Amino acid sequence: MKDKIITNSSEWTMPLLQRFDSEIGRIADAFGLDCYSNQLEVISAEQMIDAYASVGLPISYFHWSYGKQFETTRARYESGRMGLAYEMVINSSPCIAYLMEENTMAMQVLVIAHACYGHNSFFKGNYMFREWTDASAIVDYMVFAKDYILQCEDQHGVDEVEQVLDSCHALITHGVNRYVRPPALSKAEEKLRQKDREVALQKQVNHLWVTISQASEKDVLEQEETKFPVEPEENLLYFIEKNSPILEPWQREVVRIVRKIAQYFYPQKQTKVMNEGWACFWHYTIFTELHAQGLINDGFMLEFFDIHSRVLRQADFNNPAYSGINPYTLGYAMMTDIRRICETPTEEDQRWFPDLVGSDWQQSLDFAMRNFKDESFILQYLSPKVIRDLKLFTVVDDERLDHVRVSSIHDEQGYQQIRADLASEYSLNRTEPNIQVTNVALRGDRSLTLQHTQVDGRPMSDNTHDMLKHVHQLWGFKVVLNSADLNGEVSNTYVSIEPESSPP
Amino acid sequence: MLHIIDRRFNSANKSSVNRQRLMKRVQARIKEAVEEAVSKRAMDDLGRGGEVSVPKADISEPVFGHGPGGQVTHVLPGNKQFQVGDKMMRPSGGAGGGGAGGGSSDDGQYENEFTFQITRAEYLDYLFDGLELPYLVKKDLSKQESAKYRNAGFTAQGSPEKLNVLRTLSRARGRRIALTASLKKRILALQLQLEKGKLEVEERLQLQAELQRLLKRKSSLPFLEQVDLRFHNLTKVPNPAISAVMFCIMDVSGSMTQAMKDMAKRYFLLLYLFLERQYGKTEIVFISHHTQAREVDDQTFFYSRESGGTIVSSALQLALDIIRQRYPSHNWNIYVAQASDGDNWPDDSDRCQQLINELVPLCQYFTYVEIGVHTEKPLWLNYAPLAATHGEHFAMRSITSVKDIYPVFHDLFSRGKSP
Repeated sequence: MKDKIITNSSEWTMPLLQRFDSEIGRIADAFGLDCYSNQLEVISAEQMIDAYASVGLPISYFHWSYGKQFETTRARYESGRMGLAYEMVINSSPCIAYLMEENTMAMQVLVIAHACYGHNSFFKGNYMFREWTDASAIVDYMVFAKDYILQCEDQHGVDEVEQVLDSCHALITHGVNRYVRPPALSKAEEKLRQKDREVALQKQVNHLWVTISQASEKDVLEQEETKFPVEPEENLLYFIEKNSPILEPWQREVVRIVRKIAQYFYPQKQTKVMNEGWACFWHYTIFTELHAQGLINDGFMLEFFDIHSRVLRQADFNNPAYSGINPYTLGYAMMTDIRRICETPTEEDQRWFPDLVGSDWQQSLDFAMRNFKDESFILQYLSPKVIRDLKLFTVVDDERLDHVRVSSIHDEQGYQQIRADLASEYSLNRTEPNIQVTNVALRGDRSLTLQHTQVDGRPMSDNTHDMLKHVHQLWGFKVVLNSADLNGEVSNTYVSIEPESSPP
Repeated sequence: MLHIIDRRFNSANKSSVNRQRLMKRVQARIKEAVEEAVSKRAMDDLGRGGEVSVPKADISEPVFGHGPGGQVTHVLPGNKQFQVGDKMMRPSGGAGGGGAGGGSSDDGQYENEFTFQITRAEYLDYLFDGLELPYLVKKDLSKQESAKYRNAGFTAQGSPEKLNVLRTLSRARGRRIALTASLKKRILALQLQLEKGKLEVEERLQLQAELQRLLKRKSSLPFLEQVDLRFHNLTKVPNPAISAVMFCIMDVSGSMTQAMKDMAKRYFLLLYLFLERQYGKTEIVFISHHTQAREVDDQTFFYSRESGGTIVSSALQLALDIIRQRYPSHNWNIYVAQASDGDNWPDDSDRCQQLINELVPLCQYFTYVEIGVHTEKPLWLNYAPLAATHGEHFAMRSITSVKDIYPVFHDLFSRGKSP
């Protein structure tokens, strides 16, 4: 047995990385993980900070906000307030993973198992990623975006471009088609289309904003009745790109670029728990397997347990270190529990998960990974055992009362409710206000009307006026936001103030 | 098969452009912060880079978000004691909790300031932006730091790349015209003779042979000859160095309190950093004085704790002596920066006045800074008349607190004084 151990050293080398990867690949294959091919990049701490700054994308256009992110990360890292992630992985094909040079051998192996096989197979399998992103095109697209924005800066000046980008970045959370996925394009196609698009798009907008109407009085009156947009539009950036009366063709393209990038990150936001849970489950399973096959020694395994348990630490709600539910913990607990239910079900599981009990755990887990996002995954799979293990409870915070109330705890009556409550915390409406474009005064003052639909009676935040400035900047005319409850009763109205410097 | 790329040797400065954009965005704020640092920092840290804080609001990136309020449920982990229906007071910090709390804790650590690191070079650039030594015009011919090549006509010898084509060709043409003039005349005469004259056959043949010979001679003349070639001639012209010397004269007498000395030192340190950064080759003479003046090195100047009475003339005399010995004023741009609390030995006033009248005309720019509460001190009264007579080449200011140092310094050396 002993001679099978790959290394006894904690120093990593390139050949050792290769060796471990082929072993892990073999194990992953045996478990049926379907992955993109892998590309590992060994980087220094400083480069990792760079990678943080551009949200992991290997290439991006220039913008001050990335500089801000860089400075923040560097300051925190250098003052010892935060450690850097051991790895970062990009949803691309081939799947690019960054390894920090200062990691030990065990950490590097953990990263390979976690990122190159865990996250990688999730990117390839999960329906959100399959539908909304195009792994083979993203790096190409970013090259196109960077080139295009550089070119715009040459032609129109850095400040002009920055102004547009600032406003687009502000609306980035509302620059996604939540329900329908637009087709993805690669760099070459994008370039070809981009020229045509400039012309076509402008034509379309011009058509919308004809000022010299040859119609008779009666027609005008009729037209005022017509509503635009016909259906409310949730993707503000898309609506602005297509319909803003003031943007020039290049500005529309910039809006589009930001929108495309938002679209790319959209699935990641909604699958954090699943994605991390899946990756943790597999790094754990793979390490156990490596140890069982006698490829790593006990010390190696102990170091792994140490890192693993630190990653999965969940502070209690009343602990000063508490900052929300750790997605790694929740995801790992749920993934592990699915396997447990399949293999060694209890009487309780028989009642809660009749379909899972006795099924092949690999198939069931694979199904769960492919067909859900956090919200639906929790709603479907959060088991009473996990609720008990984490001792979850729900409190209701109603602003009309001066106290908060515990509404459910981990008992027979509470499981269903906690499951529904936790799932709703991961819904987009909970994390981001639901805002839609409802009307444009086509023949009037050209003002844009947005509607906020309050969920749980939550109002808009204080900075809403600042936000409307950005919308105004891109729209060019007055912007009104009505904040209404579920019955459509408007409780608050915000009107944009003219931005200081008007766009060109 | 795993594809491993070692990127550690790639440059790590991927974010440098983004960082510059960020700094440009908050330029005005950084400048404010840097200037404030001059009065707040410890002396030794004055010239270092370091942390600069700017208000967060200037670089906020707002997104649409929820405000506090509404009827929100939070699922929390780690219940040990609660039963359904338990009520508790709303925790301070409002209805954040749960997911929302997780997101904002990141920002909370920094409160209202955004802090970032700037390097020493960046710091000094911000500090000395727009400053210069005025009237830097005199040149020292004896000191040659570099030489320039200048056109100096043409020569017959040179390397091919210096060939002057125009001159060469015109000389060649001139030579050809000169050498063929007589030939041409004779050819013309012969041709005329052959056409018009009635000649014997034999004679005609003779003339024709002669004509052929002459034509051949004419065409065999070279198009270009060695003697035609002309080359650009470059000569070395010495480029006299701009030479400048700064006299830092500081009063360290007992009447200066520790706080005043500290202010003076800060002022001089700023000056020292400025000269070092912007004018690498400037010479600096440090003179500290009480009843006696001494020329000292920078260490002693900034760190010595000597003290005594005050005789300002001793320092002025020493400066004059040094100028006469080492820095002749026709070659040197002389600058004097003097800092004092303005007190002087009463008997010294006349002598002082006399020395000032000698010293100031030698200088390109003479600055006097009075440290401490501004009342018309003896020295101030000595200097006051000079402002009228020497105009722009003389300036006096008063520094009453640490906060004044940078504004006064900036005012004294801001660009655009010299025409």
